Amino acid sequence: MELNLYPVLPETLLLCAVSLLLIADLFVSDANRHLSYWFTQLTLLACAAVTLATWQPAPIHTFSNMVVDDWMSDVLKLGSYLSVSLMLFYGRDYMRDRGLFKGEFFSLTLFSLLGVMVMISANHLLTLYLGLELMSLSLYALVAMHRDRRECAEAAMKYFVLGALASGLLLYGMSMIYGATGTLDINGIFTAIYGGRANMSLLVFGLVFLVSGIAFKLGAVPYHMWVPDVYDGAPTAVTVLIGTAPKLAAFAFVMRLLVTGLQPLVADWHAMLLILSVLSMIVGNLTAIAQTNLKRMLAYSTIANMGFMLLGFVAGISRQDPLIGYSAAMFYTIAYVMTTVASFGIIMLLSRKGFESDKIDDLKGLNQRSPWYAFLVMIIMFSLAGVPLTVGFFAKLTVIEAVIGVGYYWLAVVAVMASLVGAYYYLRIVKLMYFDEPVDNSAITVRGDAHFVFSVNGMALLVLGIIPQPLLMLCYKALHVSF
Amino acid sequence: MEFKVIVFWILAVVLVFASLRVITARNSVHAVLYLVLAFFNAAGIWMLLQAEFLAIALVLVYVGAVMVLFLFVLMMLDINFDSMRVGFRSHIPLAAGVGVLTVVQMAMVLWTKVQDTTPPVGATGQAGYSNTKSLGMVIYTQYVYAVEIAAVILLVAIVAAIALTLRRRKETKYQNPSQQIGVRRADRVRILNIAASPRDETKP
Repeated sequence: MELNLYPVLPETLLLCAVSLLLIADLFVSDANRHLSYWFTQLTLLACAAVTLATWQPAPIHTFSNMVVDDWMSDVLKLGSYLSVSLMLFYGRDYMRDRGLFKGEFFSLTLFSLLGVMVMISANHLLTLYLGLELMSLSLYALVAMHRDRRECAEAAMKYFVLGALASGLLLYGMSMIYGATGTLDINGIFTAIYGGRANMSLLVFGLVFLVSGIAFKLGAVPYHMWVPDVYDGAPTAVTVLIGTAPKLAAFAFVMRLLVTGLQPLVADWHAMLLILSVLSMIVGNLTAIAQTNLKRMLAYSTIANMGFMLLGFVAGISRQDPLIGYSAAMFYTIAYVMTTVASFGIIMLLSRKGFESDKIDDLKGLNQRSPWYAFLVMIIMFSLAGVPLTVGFFAKLTVIEAVIGVGYYWLAVVAVMASLVGAYYYLRIVKLMYFDEPVDNSAITVRGDAHFVFSVNGMALLVLGIIPQPLLMLCYKALHVSF
Repeated sequence: MEFKVIVFWILAVVLVFASLRVITARNSVHAVLYLVLAFFNAAGIWMLLQAEFLAIALVLVYVGAVMVLFLFVLMMLDINFDSMRVGFRSHIPLAAGVGVLTVVQMAMVLWTKVQDTTPPVGATGQAGYSNTKSLGMVIYTQYVYAVEIAAVILLVAIVAAIALTLRRRKETKYQNPSQQIGVRRADRVRILNIAASPRDETKP
């Protein structure tokens, strides 16, 4: 049997690096923990280098068709490395102040990234599921790591129980797909359905469970109840981890499973995603208004944003070019991840030992304390709200354009109304920063590297908002080459 | 009715009953024992499907090892399970109603349309076919990637379990024997040479 290890080189490298980190970290004292930290950052850089070096012009399948390496997986993997790396930059002081700057934090973070990568490259229901479990298990443990806080234990418990339920739903759906088509291979599922060899009623039945499981993982309404509690309860660095790379993986999950494997059932899942999308946009944005906690507000904003992302998939029903909708969803996901990292990043940068800067009121008068940070937060909030000249604007514009392209005018109207409602609570933060008096006037102390990276992150949102074409084209090209 | 079908129904009914008792049993040790019963019946159903390797693995690994550990853990924990069950009865009508409704709806969808009772495709009927052998042929060849990821998941479980449980509580007092043995007189006793001074009568 011919075995091509080339496509899984980034995963192999990451696994070797984590194993090394697990052993080496035992010999590192707490004072030298920054060695583990820099080793983790270096690993991410090396993974990015390897991913770029093994870039393939056409999709390559390996391990008996269980893994696929294509443009989409490479782009999404690079996004995942970047988001994890940014999280580590912003979270360094935050984690140390809370006694979480430990070797296990780094190894579990990298393990969850490995799960994300496996999911992104999966071409088989087995690999999809195992990648999901690898990612989720690491995240459950990370949420619970702050043992002394009751909220963390509660969040971890909720996340674990609901995550297990979602995994159960997914598995049940997958078993039915297997029963109906007789194969676990995603391309095989497509051929079986296309060739009319599959039991259609069983297939649709399984699809319902699959979509429910995916919606759970995405945090789409009505499967969203865990999102605010987990985002709020987890240490903020872990919240960033839950809110970023897994969303990229979820995008890949939907692309592989629904768009590739279950393409013949597009009429069925299209309607389900439509309902999820509309409900998420409305419920997420309306509930976010009532929040006083910044992390909870951002959690509801996540729910709303996932609704917008799903709009892109809804537009995939297009007869002319479904890739327009999918690439819009991909662009939306990447833009959202970049913005989310920064929005939670500011919470970590403003937090101190014994003080969690997670109330909306903590941002009051930020302009007087640090005009530069106030400006960056303004860009982030504008990007989340979809104000022109930020990347969030183009993300919303492209998905709404795609939806109009398939003739769903009412859906576009709902999306615009929902983002108008959303603009209220994002702009309220801008108002608090610029027009209110600060509650606490303590100086903001941020490491030099975190300050630099945060500034670049904030400016990137602006630059990508002014020239979004390269990233948009990259998303379209990636999907065009991959599918 | 064929003998195999009768066996299947017996196993299936006992499996469902045992699973229900796992979540309704008052005594948690009984719940674990019902779980063992459920595993046995599931293994029996796999046996009917000629997946004898999986059936034996289920009994050996789950019943033999995991559930025994479960029992130990349960006996060591001192949890008042009655306090955790508060509200169980008041939630039952709604939960049971929703559950039954879901099952009925699922049955209605599948009952009418899925009448395909042909056994699963495969070489299971041939003489000399060994489930274990065919599993062994593919597990480290065709499915090696999945096996490796499953191995990583187990590694994560170990790391996570240690990270979550191994911690030094602030209030815990512990002894360091090497320090105790290595103690010298000078560490513990300090002889002070205090100069004698006349008694101060003014102080009480």
